[in-house]
Amino acid sequence: MIRVVLPPHLRTLAHVTGDVELEVDSPVTLRSVLDALETRYPMLRGTIRDHDTLQRRAFLRYFACEQDLSHEPPDTHLPDAVVRGAEPFIVLGAIAGG
Amino acid sequence: MSKVRVLVGTRKGAFILTSDGKREKWDVSGPLFTGWEIYHFKGSSADPNRLYASQTSGWFGQVIQRSDDGGKTWHQPGTPPGESTQTPDGQPKGESNKFVYDASPETGKPLTTHQFYDGTQHPWEFKRVWHLEPSLKDPNTVYAGVEDAAIFRSTDGGVSWHELSGLRGHGTGPKWQPGAGGMCLHTIILDPSNPQRIWIAISAAGAFRTDDGGKSWKPINRGLKSQYIPDPNAEVGHCVHHIAMNPSRPGVLFMQKHWDVMRSDDAGENWREVSGNLPTDFGFVIDVHTHEPETIYVVPIKSDGEHFVHEGKLRVYRSRSGGNEWEPLTKGLPQSNCYVNVLRDAMAVDTLDKCGVYFGTTGGQVYASADAGDSWNPIVRDLPAVLSVEVQTLS
Repeated sequence: MIRVVLPPHLRTLAHVTGDVELEVDSPVTLRSVLDALETRYPMLRGTIRDHDTLQRRAFLRYFACEQDLSHEPPDTHLPDAVVRGAEPFIVLGAIAGG
Repeated sequence: MSKVRVLVGTRKGAFILTSDGKREKWDVSGPLFTGWEIYHFKGSSADPNRLYASQTSGWFGQVIQRSDDGGKTWHQPGTPPGESTQTPDGQPKGESNKFVYDASPETGKPLTTHQFYDGTQHPWEFKRVWHLEPSLKDPNTVYAGVEDAAIFRSTDGGVSWHELSGLRGHGTGPKWQPGAGGMCLHTIILDPSNPQRIWIAISAAGAFRTDDGGKSWKPINRGLKSQYIPDPNAEVGHCVHHIAMNPSRPGVLFMQKHWDVMRSDDAGENWREVSGNLPTDFGFVIDVHTHEPETIYVVPIKSDGEHFVHEGKLRVYRSRSGGNEWEPLTKGLPQSNCYVNVLRDAMAVDTLDKCGVYFGTTGGQVYASADAGDSWNPIVRDLPAVLSVEVQTLS
């Protein structure tokens, strides 16, 4: 079971209050987790990745196990701790402003 | 007794303000869609319980929200949770926040670039929906004006959107350019007497009209003068801020341009300036009295470099002669130390016998006048910056 942490605004859109848990077939990659997330919660399509290019929106980042995965290719395998469900995959709204 | 429902979009959510026909006591509900920019929020005249909202964010992009019960509950009109996003034959289902520019050769000659700030050509990129205009007849049909400038239509209640690509494809696109707020299609006016006719306006391209339901469009900017365009007869490139029309006279249009207040008596074919004695003719909003089609309202703003009201006084100016002769309306409005702006979609009129006028400011106030502008009262004072104000008159 993959645990996904969403930013608060996306939790509101998805009508969830805590972490999201997803069944994802092996191999577990950036792409397969986000595909599974958008299949379960279609209202999130377009809010994390572009509908067609699937490129990450500029102000969002992907983290797992204290690693910034934002610039990794979509077929990058996620760390074992994420695959085991011990650590979450985090979609983070980048802090901007000041 | 009639009621009014004022729909307010702000930088950080939406609010619904309701009152009876006296328009003295108000109930304020919200915020809805907390923390998101609500660029526009409008109800269907065919079904007042059908509301559409454009919810947008620099982080998360565009979301379309719909209510079928007058704003009590909301949903994104796309695929329900848990349901496949593909049809049985593998085609993607409609998605309410998917605005894809038409690039097919069959439906026009879509352009791929417009002029950018530095004068180079730049590809069209979808950013957000600025304006949602529900059909006058069908609650499931709604038009969206978007940035980068284009018009889309949904005929399934916002579930899926298709571009009316003849607008971008008609030939002048490479001369369109973004204003300071982006290259946005912000005004959509539907002709109640002719369902094939639509007017739109773009900053900074100008005004356009279709007479065939959106297949083909023509620029209608003759008579507009813009200091920054060397060619006095430029067909496009004008920074039109807003256009208003009284439904009883669809051929008569009033425009607040970047500078200059203009009118057209021939459906936009020709424009003439009616700024008259305004203290400054820069501004964003313009609207028309419901029952007096020669009575129009603007809020003069000091300049394009100082986006706040002139002399620290919040004054709505009213002309009862279709322009040129203007009177300041100040009763109930702050007349010192006021430095707010009133953005282009932030004024509306109701249809009650004594026309109500409403506007919102970047300082978060929403003012109402139940006597056509003679006097004003704040409904609320401390909302986030107001982006849009619309009103529904309910029986």
